[in-house]
Amino acid sequence: MTTTPTSPSDTAVASVESGSGQSPLLEVRNLKMHFPIRKGFLKRVVGHVKAVDDVTFSVERGTVFGLVGESGCGKSTTGRCVIRLLKATAGEIVYTMPDDEPVHIEALDPESLRIMRRHIQIVFQDPYASLNPRLTLKQIVGEPLVINNVSQGQDLQDRVAELLRRVGLSPEHMNRYPHAFSGGQRQRISLARALALNPRFIVADEPVSALDVSVQAQILNLIKDLREEFGLTYLFIAHNMSVIKHICDSVAVMYVGQIVEMTTTRQLFRKPLHPYTEALLEAIPVPDPRRDRHRIVLEGDVPNPADPPSGCYFHPRCAYAQDVCRTETPPLAEHTPGHLARCHFAAELELKGMTI
Amino acid sequence: MSDQSLTLPSAVSEPQAGEVEINLSAGEIGQLSLWYLIWRRFLRNRLAVAATFVLLLLYLMVALAEFITPYDHLISNEDFVARAPQLPRFRDETGQFHFRPFVYGTTTELDTYNLDWVHKDDTTQMYPLKLFVKGAPYKLLGLFPSERHLYGVDAPGTVFLLGTDRLGRDLFSRIIFGGRISLTVGLIGVSLTILFGSVMGTISGYFGGPVDTVIQRFIELLMSFPSIALWAALAAAMPADITIVTRFFLISIILSLIGWTSLARQVRAKVLAFREMEFSSAATAAGASHFRIIMVHMLPNALSHIIVIATLAIPGMILAETALSFLGLGILPPAVSWGTLLQDAQTVGVVIKKPWLMLPGAFVIVSVLSFNFLGDGIRDAVDPFAL
Repeated sequence: MTTTPTSPSDTAVASVESGSGQSPLLEVRNLKMHFPIRKGFLKRVVGHVKAVDDVTFSVERGTVFGLVGESGCGKSTTGRCVIRLLKATAGEIVYTMPDDEPVHIEALDPESLRIMRRHIQIVFQDPYASLNPRLTLKQIVGEPLVINNVSQGQDLQDRVAELLRRVGLSPEHMNRYPHAFSGGQRQRISLARALALNPRFIVADEPVSALDVSVQAQILNLIKDLREEFGLTYLFIAHNMSVIKHICDSVAVMYVGQIVEMTTTRQLFRKPLHPYTEALLEAIPVPDPRRDRHRIVLEGDVPNPADPPSGCYFHPRCAYAQDVCRTETPPLAEHTPGHLARCHFAAELELKGMTI
Repeated sequence: MSDQSLTLPSAVSEPQAGEVEINLSAGEIGQLSLWYLIWRRFLRNRLAVAATFVLLLLYLMVALAEFITPYDHLISNEDFVARAPQLPRFRDETGQFHFRPFVYGTTTELDTYNLDWVHKDDTTQMYPLKLFVKGAPYKLLGLFPSERHLYGVDAPGTVFLLGTDRLGRDLFSRIIFGGRISLTVGLIGVSLTILFGSVMGTISGYFGGPVDTVIQRFIELLMSFPSIALWAALAAAMPADITIVTRFFLISIILSLIGWTSLARQVRAKVLAFREMEFSSAATAAGASHFRIIMVHMLPNALSHIIVIATLAIPGMILAETALSFLGLGILPPAVSWGTLLQDAQTVGVVIKKPWLMLPGAFVIVSVLSFNFLGDGIRDAVDPFAL
């Protein structure tokens, strides 16, 4: 475990990172993000889109916690609530500072939030929308340093050069504009920007979804390496199970704003307890043309979060649905230690997993 | 092959330039700013470049009006009322060629049937055109005293290249001096438009919510006014005893009062789009203030569009000023603008008998067209990554 001894918080990270008995770095409790639907001239609220509905999870230090699900399941919204790009409707987001002081991110005033932002950073999905085309690399990567008055002038230049080197880019390119770079290189730039303030926690919002498969692996390996190097903790958002398999320690599967299954990555892949997880696992392409697969193909779309189905949200698409699923909402229950699932038949179903 | 070069003219020349840069591998590549790329693209549009030169020439002429024009545009001359244009000639009556162009003198008769002065060229008098002649003293750009004029003829000859108006004033001089007001009213009006439009548009788009609703409804209200009637009402409401300069500025403000609305709408749309872009979220996540996000991430990206809209708005302003002055509601005599000059050409009789009085209209057309070509050129250039 090596870190750059550039700021006092780094050494603090290094000292607490290995202690697994500590409180989790981030705890999200009963997070809700409801967007009002407004209609008409007077913009009256006629309903709510429950993008995130009662989500609870915690992220241990130095681990990668995955959030996975289809488009529109609320995983990105959760990530944005965590770094307060969105203000959650309800719930608690507790971040443990280097001195073990818990901080409620959802309740921070603007000034404390500015300080807090140095600890938590974000990497976005779209490498083309996440870099301002009018700024050079130096300005983009250096922006967090300039905003927070960390450095300027020659020092800024040196730091940016160092950051670029860390993410595998040549410091000589720092006067170039983003249009000169490929998607993978742009994600490296995004990573460098996120690392600029020496954060301890990074929300990676589908950082590889927009990239070619070959480039995906490079960026995933870079993310892994940076975790080792800087003692980072990630909240990793993805819709692709194979990416989750590659990088995450534990996973929460989301469906229509709720967590439907949560456990370690190993356990989830070996023995999924929720039919939705099984369907996601089935969707992983297997590079073997002779393999005979009875694929479970999910019919239909994710339900409208403004008007979710009755009972279990998944029942209209579930192959195992019974009458009870249509009427009663299953709770998120712990079926085996550390393995939570939101399904009436989690104990009975023999779902197909895969070995990893 | 020829087909390809027809459909993708820019694609054919670009890769070659790119290859050279890649081979150089150092220095410039990737470091050309967007502004530079826009500039390069703009230069490829010949029509827009030509229009730029025309506009530069026009603005140079109105800036140096005292030097360019042979006569004071305010001095009337009852001997030459409504004289037709005196065109420079190279060949005289006898068919002899003269190396130096000349103009004829003037004989004036009274047409007793129409009760009108009739001017004819007096072929016995020839006045060669001269450059840098001595004339009425003036101060160039208000600073340098001089009495040289670009062209002229020796007294008692006259040179009215575009004829004279009903008080015998040289129309060319009046058009150039009129251009001072007509061409600058657009610039000042557009500056105010940019100011109002981008500030209101940014506020509306960035902060959204009730602020956005109020601003948008207000814009709709302004847009639903019949603009000429509103301008006329506002112009009529101006006090009569204000100076020419004040009146000129008030008219610019009146023109931009409606002009800013469409710019504000477009800036708002841009800001709405950029606000959702992840680079502004990233700036927020890094702790940037609203002010910084607007100034660093929103406006520079919207600037190219603002410039396009503004350039395309200038001709509208020029036309509006011309219309107001034509109706007698804008610039008032003795100040001249192209609109007040065109007032002289309001009747059919004038159009038939003294068609040269419509020449200010030609200047309006040329400048408006040039601004439109320039605006089109910039619009095509601002997206350097499009083919």
